[in-house]
Amino acid sequence: MSTKGLTDLPPSKRPFLVDPPVIAPGHTFASVTEKVMRTVLTPRTPFGWIFGFLITFGVVQVLMIAAGYLFYEGVGIWGITIPSAWGFAIVNFVWWIGIGHAGTLISAILLLLKQSWRTSINRAAEAMTLFAVMCAGMFPILHTGRPWLAAYWLFPIPLTMGVWPQFRSPLIWDVFAVSTYFTVSLLFWYTGLIPDIATLRDNAKHKITRTIYGVMCMGWRGSGRHWARYETAYLILAGLSTPLVLSVHTVVSWDFAIAVLPGWHTTIFPPYFVAGAIYSGFAMVLTLLIPIRAAYGMKDFITERHLQNMAKVMLATGLIVAYGYFMEALMSWYAGDVFETFQFKNRATGPLGYFYWLLITFNIVLPQSLWFRKVRSSPVVLWIVSIIVNIGMWLERFVIVVISLHRDFLPSSWGTYKATRWDYATFIGTLGFFTMAFLLFIRVLPMISIFELRVLLPQSRVRLQAQEFMK
Amino acid sequence: MENHTDNLVQITTTPKRKLSLQEVRERLSAAKGKAYWRSLEELVDAPGFEELLENEFPAGVTEFPQESGVSRRNFMKLMGASMALAGLSACTRQPEEPIVPYVRQPEDLIPGVPKYFATTMPFPTGGIPVLVKSNEFRPTKIEGNAMHPASSGATDVFAQASILDLYDPDRAQNSSYRDQRRNWGDFHDAIDAYKVKAGASGGAGLRFLSETIISPTLVWQMQTVLKKFPSAKWYQWDPIHRDSARSAAKQMFGQYAEPIYNFEAANVVLSLDADFLYASYFPGFIPYARAFTKRRKMAEDTPMNRLYAVESFATTTGALSDNRLRMRASDIMVFASALAAALGGGGGAATGLSDDEQKFLQAVAKDLKANAGASLVIPGEQQPPELHILAAQINQALGNIGKTVSYAEPPEVVPTDQFAGLRELVGDMNAGKVDTLIILYGNPVYDAPVDLDFEGAMGKVANNVHLSLYRNETSRVSQWLLHGAHYLETWSDARAYDGTASLVQPLIAPLYDGHSAHELVALFTDTPEMTAYQAIQTYWQQNGKAAGDFATNFRRWLHDGIIPNSAPGAKTLTPRAGAPTITPLAKDAIEVVFRPDPTTYDGRYNNNAWLQECPKPLLRLEWDNAAMMSIETAARLGFEQEDVIRITVDGRYVDAPVLVVYGMPENSITLNLGYGRYFSGRAGNGFGFNAYAIRSTKTPLIAVAEKLEKTGDTYHLAVVQNYTLIKPHGDPKWMNRSVQGAEAVRRDLIRVASYDQYKKDPDFAHSQTFDEDPQSYDSLYPGFDYTKGYQWGMAIDMNSCVGCNSCVIACQAENNVAVVGKEQVKIGRDMKWLRIDTYYTGDLHNPRAFFQPMLCQHCENAPCEPVCPVGATVHTPEGVNTMVYNRCVGTRYCSNNCPYKVRRFNFKLFSDYITPSLKPLRNPDVTVRSRGVMEKCSYCIQRINAARIQAEVEETRLQEDDPTAERKIRDGEVVTACQQACPTDAIVFGNINDPDSRVTRIKAQPRNYGLLTDVNTRPRTSYIASVVNPNFEIGDRTDMPGKTFIGEQS
Amino acid sequence: MPQVFNRGANGLARMSLVILGLVVTSLALTLNELQRSPYVTRQGERLEQPVPFSHQHHVAGLGLDCRYCHTSVENSSFAGIPPTKTCMNCHSEIWTNADILEPVRSSYRNNTSIWWTKIHDLPDYVYFNHEIHINKGIGCASCHGPVDEMPLMYQHGSLQMEWCLDCHRNPAKNIRPIGDPIFNIGWKGPSQDNQVWCEQGTGDCSLSGPYLQKSGKPMLKPIVFTDQMTLGKYLVAQYHVRTPNEIQSCETCHR
Repeated sequence: MSTKGLTDLPPSKRPFLVDPPVIAPGHTFASVTEKVMRTVLTPRTPFGWIFGFLITFGVVQVLMIAAGYLFYEGVGIWGITIPSAWGFAIVNFVWWIGIGHAGTLISAILLLLKQSWRTSINRAAEAMTLFAVMCAGMFPILHTGRPWLAAYWLFPIPLTMGVWPQFRSPLIWDVFAVSTYFTVSLLFWYTGLIPDIATLRDNAKHKITRTIYGVMCMGWRGSGRHWARYETAYLILAGLSTPLVLSVHTVVSWDFAIAVLPGWHTTIFPPYFVAGAIYSGFAMVLTLLIPIRAAYGMKDFITERHLQNMAKVMLATGLIVAYGYFMEALMSWYAGDVFETFQFKNRATGPLGYFYWLLITFNIVLPQSLWFRKVRSSPVVLWIVSIIVNIGMWLERFVIVVISLHRDFLPSSWGTYKATRWDYATFIGTLGFFTMAFLLFIRVLPMISIFELRVLLPQSRVRLQAQEFMK
Repeated sequence: MENHTDNLVQITTTPKRKLSLQEVRERLSAAKGKAYWRSLEELVDAPGFEELLENEFPAGVTEFPQESGVSRRNFMKLMGASMALAGLSACTRQPEEPIVPYVRQPEDLIPGVPKYFATTMPFPTGGIPVLVKSNEFRPTKIEGNAMHPASSGATDVFAQASILDLYDPDRAQNSSYRDQRRNWGDFHDAIDAYKVKAGASGGAGLRFLSETIISPTLVWQMQTVLKKFPSAKWYQWDPIHRDSARSAAKQMFGQYAEPIYNFEAANVVLSLDADFLYASYFPGFIPYARAFTKRRKMAEDTPMNRLYAVESFATTTGALSDNRLRMRASDIMVFASALAAALGGGGGAATGLSDDEQKFLQAVAKDLKANAGASLVIPGEQQPPELHILAAQINQALGNIGKTVSYAEPPEVVPTDQFAGLRELVGDMNAGKVDTLIILYGNPVYDAPVDLDFEGAMGKVANNVHLSLYRNETSRVSQWLLHGAHYLETWSDARAYDGTASLVQPLIAPLYDGHSAHELVALFTDTPEMTAYQAIQTYWQQNGKAAGDFATNFRRWLHDGIIPNSAPGAKTLTPRAGAPTITPLAKDAIEVVFRPDPTTYDGRYNNNAWLQECPKPLLRLEWDNAAMMSIETAARLGFEQEDVIRITVDGRYVDAPVLVVYGMPENSITLNLGYGRYFSGRAGNGFGFNAYAIRSTKTPLIAVAEKLEKTGDTYHLAVVQNYTLIKPHGDPKWMNRSVQGAEAVRRDLIRVASYDQYKKDPDFAHSQTFDEDPQSYDSLYPGFDYTKGYQWGMAIDMNSCVGCNSCVIACQAENNVAVVGKEQVKIGRDMKWLRIDTYYTGDLHNPRAFFQPMLCQHCENAPCEPVCPVGATVHTPEGVNTMVYNRCVGTRYCSNNCPYKVRRFNFKLFSDYITPSLKPLRNPDVTVRSRGVMEKCSYCIQRINAARIQAEVEETRLQEDDPTAERKIRDGEVVTACQQACPTDAIVFGNINDPDSRVTRIKAQPRNYGLLTDVNTRPRTSYIASVVNPNFEIGDRTDMPGKTFIGEQS
Repeated sequence: MPQVFNRGANGLARMSLVILGLVVTSLALTLNELQRSPYVTRQGERLEQPVPFSHQHHVAGLGLDCRYCHTSVENSSFAGIPPTKTCMNCHSEIWTNADILEPVRSSYRNNTSIWWTKIHDLPDYVYFNHEIHINKGIGCASCHGPVDEMPLMYQHGSLQMEWCLDCHRNPAKNIRPIGDPIFNIGWKGPSQDNQVWCEQGTGDCSLSGPYLQKSGKPMLKPIVFTDQMTLGKYLVAQYHVRTPNEIQSCETCHR
């Protein structure tokens, strides 16, 4: 209570140690519920939403066309060649998977760490995760150009061929890691939704809406037993998904670390891939939430506190990533291996060198601005930084995948890589899908966990205050 | 229904036709439904309809995939994709397929078991004896004929690729007269009529123009014709002819003679612009290359030879030479005469030689003197007669003649001065003295000297008859096109470079029943019905020098592919003294040199997709030719790579893209002939530029550029291995080095020592600071015991590889490797399983090149295997890394993880599933790969399996008598396609578990090393380090920053 | 405010979970069965043929040897389809006017091949070799089934990869003594009533008592076999059949 009012001061004037609250003062249970529910249960869809949806839907059609032509003509329509046999498809895959980390991290790990500020962003973050993983999931399928085979030969199904997938291949590990991650995240997200869907059901006016939400909330009545069960389930799921946060991107990093290719074959990949993933994940959450909280007037729930904390996480993970880059450079020099040395030289000064320096600028130099509270507490600047980091992380994957490949062991087979319009179409298409899915989500489901918000309100501390009073 | 009308509309888009489009429409408009079809049938029967079609496709040009619109091929692809998408392909059922037996099966045929027949590939410089694999009587692969000294089992690049010409869908498929379809009978009648008419005048208006004829029988037939028509004349023309050598011989000996070189006896070889280490366009390439490299295999008893090259272009010969001097083609004569003078073989004083050239000259002279009688000086085919004379005189002065040089009858049965002949013929044509011109093969309209205007002259001839495999430039302007027979379709005979004759037998009935030159010439004799077979028989009955019954001999000759002692005996000749007069070219003049192309030769292989997509040696250029010049020439003239420049030579010009070639002399531009054709076919049309356009009778070999200017456009070239210069910086040693070369050296891909150094330290390939193979298995996964059974391995001798490309094409032919086209090559999607990596060392102004045939190394610890998610690439118990195409889903991880980048991916549907004529060409024992599948060298697994099955079956049969009998695969029973084709025996394959096998013994040499073994791949393919033998008075070209191989001479 | 659903809905919800589970399992089972079903493998399909040729009649009835028609089975990858000539050897004498043989006669007259429909049709990327199987003791019937009971030819085995591997992983199951048993369609393998004698240390076996196949001399050390597995194991050793590891390596059939 003592900090009340300080937040009204401009950031520069605030005492350093004081953080803004996780929820703006002056809210009641009713007002919270009302505010969040209104975005869903309003009969009138905002024009901005329709506009955004139509655009993104159009972009999804681009993806469809790109995929269709791919299946008809083959991966030859992309820029990949020998030696650069992997290109945009894998870059995008890793990038999306990385983005898909924030959600579970926020909901699971921060939950276990009892970080109360997670509550008003976890719902959106988890949704974002699911859609990101969907986008990621598309690429392994597209990437072979013949999904009708890749789709089932990669799974251990008893086929008439009498042979199994090759479990030594990291690509198989991927299949399992990603699908597990997706399933668990989905369950986690949905479980968290149930009480709120029930709230929607109870407040929905139209019969059909009521029925739909009714089915979705699986007969939730908010009884004590329900709540008890819910808490347990939620905690278990949190426990389950915590290791996944680390495992998924570790496995993805093995796709590279297992190979003998200089620039891939390095033990530092797992930690710094995970760090990078969280880095980009938080960046993407910011990229999405900052406009949304503005558009839907959620500033009271998604407060500066959230933005600042996320900015701090970004700063921290960003530094880990920077350390990773430094280590790569150091190792290539320290190992004294002719291939390693050359590959780093080529990465920095080769024909595609400018990508590397762009990456350094975007991922390390610019984000250092987050040291300044001014930057952290200005949504617009923060938003720009988050976009920069997203681009930076995409570049990182590009540098790792393409630049390492295009000049490796035999100088005779050095080549280059040039993305085609179909590469871009596919990538932009997934961006469109991602945004479209997210728009749909905020239209039909509460983007902020209502019941958890209620818990944040001072009113919910009644019992505690009573105890103090008894003393 | 729509479709059909569309087709008809398409069909009638050409002006010339019997049946008008209007009629077609009328006939069809009335009809509906069933009636429509009936009327279509009527239409087809209707007179004129056939002509209508024939006119549309006169030379039987078959429909082939159009770039625009949905062609058949794309349609099939669409169907394929949609079917595959419809249901999981595992659950789709096998379609019903027919199986069609013979009516009467040939006795000697076992279906499924290939047979081999000996025949000869005719080539202007002498026939190449080959052995042709025939599956159910369709030829599928060409091998060398081990029983013939001119091949001894190997082939060159042209012979390997010639099989594709047989099945070329663009071949002329029927004869025509003024674009109306005609058959052989019609022509027969026409000739009969003509004979009556011409008989009176003794055939005054009758002229024959043939290619260089190496077939004794054909010449004999021709002579009977000339006897019958005394005033008729016969000329021979090949754009890459041998007038220089011939007229030189005439001047020296007063008679034609072919120099035969004995490389095994030569310690020192000096090549004066002679490219004798690439292909048969240097007569006797195969045996010469074999003999030359015998002296470089470091065998105990044979000391290493030394090769000096003075040359005007970057050839494989120069690249391999121990010392190389680059000079303009026109200056080489100056050098030669100076050398002759220095060796007391006549010749003029050394005028205008630079100090370096002087130094080189002195050193060479000294070395040659020291090895008098055991040295060899070889003049270049593309050099004027004077140089040939000088070379002969030098050899004479060194006493080499009779030891390393001998003389024999030329392979062409009747040598002529082809230029003079052609000039005379064109003169007659223009003077209207010619009423009938019979052109036997060849394509003079395209390749005759431009100033003769052959096409114009043909216009003045009433009847031009062209016997040709293609409807090419010449056929289009001649009244008669007679579609010819490929050499695999006909009987004939041919003389090899040394005059040894061998028979040509048909492997298959003519696909489009074309006729051979024998049958055409026979029409003019009194026995017009005489077939090629009868002709051969009659001729050899009279001329065969073999005792005993002719029929038996003939069968033996057919079987062996050689006619014993048919070579006219060697001649003992001494060149007359007296230096030829030479006029040196002004120093600053820029010369233009015309050369046969290493892949399309003179243009005859222009439509051969295999050759088109075969990288030219050192240039690594595919699909095009270019204006090739040295770094400094390009720099001085301000030309960039791929700039299109206009080259003007006395008034005529041609536009060509610039290609900078390392090691070319200053002020010299080389143009390869054989490109810029427009009536060639789907593979050749429109690629490159036509250098014949500035090649006149005045300057057939070396011209002088009047003007060189940029046109402003650029033309993209498909170069498969792009070389980059190191930017000059501090350390002068680093100036003008090749980055790739430098890296190759730093990574120990190339290991080389001088001969002296090798003698001191035979183990140099390991004793220097090279990374060594990890001895233990060093793997997470349990290793496999490779010490039992057959274990296949390969050794490649870097010292013997001359980069001649025959292995590359052999591999393509054996393994149904697809052609991808220029665009795909340009972005790096070449499908070659076997490529010849080329690395430059030394100063790029005059570098040395190392050829490193690169194919799947079949690593015991193959990095590609653990990363494949479906196990589509796995190891066999015999140590072969095999690729299972039907299991591959195309993640391409294997390729990323392959340190040697030898894996190839079908990014699109590269294999041609549609063109019917290509189907019989395929090797039935190798899967034709579809889209989205990874592929790579398989060590010719199909051959291994065949050999194993044969061995095991024979064992079973042996056991019937002796139950304990054993029959293993013997050493040399499995021969990979590349090994079989290699003229220099550089590739050896076999069982490395067998201590006595050749490959084991070769791998036991100290020079044996593996590539990138420090990555712990444990490759089964290993390389034998190079040893070079430079003359240090001149210097060496193998030094590289960071490494000095050679050190000082001991 | 009224409940959206009545009490029954709960039961429905629980039910739906169960049903969902059932649907998924049964779907999986169906697909698994489908991929092995004769519909996919085309087992037992009697395909339309230009001439209704009866193996039953010619093999069981007339006792023709397989090799009379399939001449190259012992020395080529391809067993060989008889040329029309082979049919006419007999049918120029007997059944000369039978209508069903008209296609054969016309083929012979006009020198045009008969277009049969392939029954045992492996995918093009499978390189099966008859020669080696015959010479290592695999009988015709092992793959082609009881052709002597087939009035119209049909595919007996599934010819799926697992079917091939089943034998390549354990050849002893099917391997027979080289000689008559290979081409004897009816041969059921050794048993108490029809034993197999083999000369010890050799692959020389006979069904008609301890006599050497070629010479007919009595065996020196005969071994008697009464069941397939022991015989199979013995013969695998005698015929130097490569180890399962070797013959199930991919390159054996795929190139």
